[in-house]
Amino acid sequence: MSLDKNGIAKRIAQELQDGFYVNLGIGIPTLVANYIPEGMQIVLQSENGLLGIGPFPSKDEIDPDLINAGKQTITAVPGSAFFDSAASFAMIRGGHIDLTVLGAFEVSDTGDIASWKIPGKLVKGMGGAMDLVASAKNIIVAMMHTNPQGESKLLKKCTLPLTGVGVVKRIVSDLAVIDVTPQGFKLVERAPGVSVQEIINATEGKLIVEGEIPEIKI
Amino acid sequence: MKKTVNNALEAIKGIESNMTLMLGGFGLCGIPENCISALAESDVTGLTCISNNAGVDGFGLGMLLRRRQIRKMISSYVGENKEFERQLLAGELEVDLVPQGTLAERIRAGGAGIPLFFLPAGFGTEVAQGKAVREFDGKMYLEERWLKADFAIVKAWKGDTHGNLIYRYTANNFNQVMATAGRITIAEVEELVPAGALDPNHIHTPGVFVQRIFQGTNYEKRIEFATTRPE
Repeated sequence: MSLDKNGIAKRIAQELQDGFYVNLGIGIPTLVANYIPEGMQIVLQSENGLLGIGPFPSKDEIDPDLINAGKQTITAVPGSAFFDSAASFAMIRGGHIDLTVLGAFEVSDTGDIASWKIPGKLVKGMGGAMDLVASAKNIIVAMMHTNPQGESKLLKKCTLPLTGVGVVKRIVSDLAVIDVTPQGFKLVERAPGVSVQEIINATEGKLIVEGEIPEIKI
Repeated sequence: MKKTVNNALEAIKGIESNMTLMLGGFGLCGIPENCISALAESDVTGLTCISNNAGVDGFGLGMLLRRRQIRKMISSYVGENKEFERQLLAGELEVDLVPQGTLAERIRAGGAGIPLFFLPAGFGTEVAQGKAVREFDGKMYLEERWLKADFAIVKAWKGDTHGNLIYRYTANNFNQVMATAGRITIAEVEELVPAGALDPNHIHTPGVFVQRIFQGTNYEKRIEFATTRPE
């Protein structure tokens, strides 16, 4: 059975290490915060100027001066720090953020990512996505393997305008965990009950399959 | 030293049509509400506005858009505004989309006197068009230029009569960096105190960057997406 959004988030949470500073994008990546292993200290960065994102506030705690990069009201955990946008992107660009998790429309087998613009639809802007993908030490993409029409989103070459070139290191989809290697996509794990053949069929880009492929354990 | 002015109307004196403005804020968080309202009641048009976002319909920069006072936006994300969309599709509004960190750093460079520098965001994408490319230690970078403004308009939590500023939580965002990059920087604050009343250890923006300051009134602090946890 393929993973649902929470399953993808749970699998990505297994990539976390104690002491990591992590930037989580909007959508499935945000859910990763719900599955941080107990006892592990992770500091979540919000690129609008916060290290230490906490849970959403109660109705009484709402403060209009305290929001995340998705402009939702949030709280800050004890030990947080606030800073301006230039300092925030110095953290990102300077390689001080250990892990970035973000969504994508398409990823290519050379690690290109398209995530900000669909021609014919209104362009809203890239926000901080181009900065994040160009600079993070490690980038994991959380995405559905195919679009609602069943077409692969893991491609030889992205068809949509790019956010970054050769930057994605790992993809966690509803079907599989896949690494981006110099030789192409490499199948690492498969979702419980999903066959290797199903993953091959759903992947348009070059996919390397070597030996037994273990199931994702969540 | 006389930096204190009475209100937004006095603060925006000298802002003329076709000038370039920087306006602090992220979404509607930390925007200079009083100065935006005063500009919306003025006759200036043809403005180039450097601001991470463009407000929502009828609030924030949406107030200036509604009155067709903006000719060009330089922003990273502009998606919450129907009037913006209409003007863009009708060709009435020019938009320069800049990656958020590149926008912040171009403003920082403008304030710090650094005309030209290299950043990685957008290499190989459409924002790289027309930009020189250079490799450093095996990684590709785009040549970027500073951004400066005729007026930078920022919102702070507390300020003193010397123009020293302290921001609150994530309402800092672009305000602190923009305060450095205006030929004239206007600060509106929730609480204006005499010089000496703020702890100098806690100042975010030293007063040298600020030319005009006033205590704002009636802050609405509208929330775009009020999100709560289940009780």
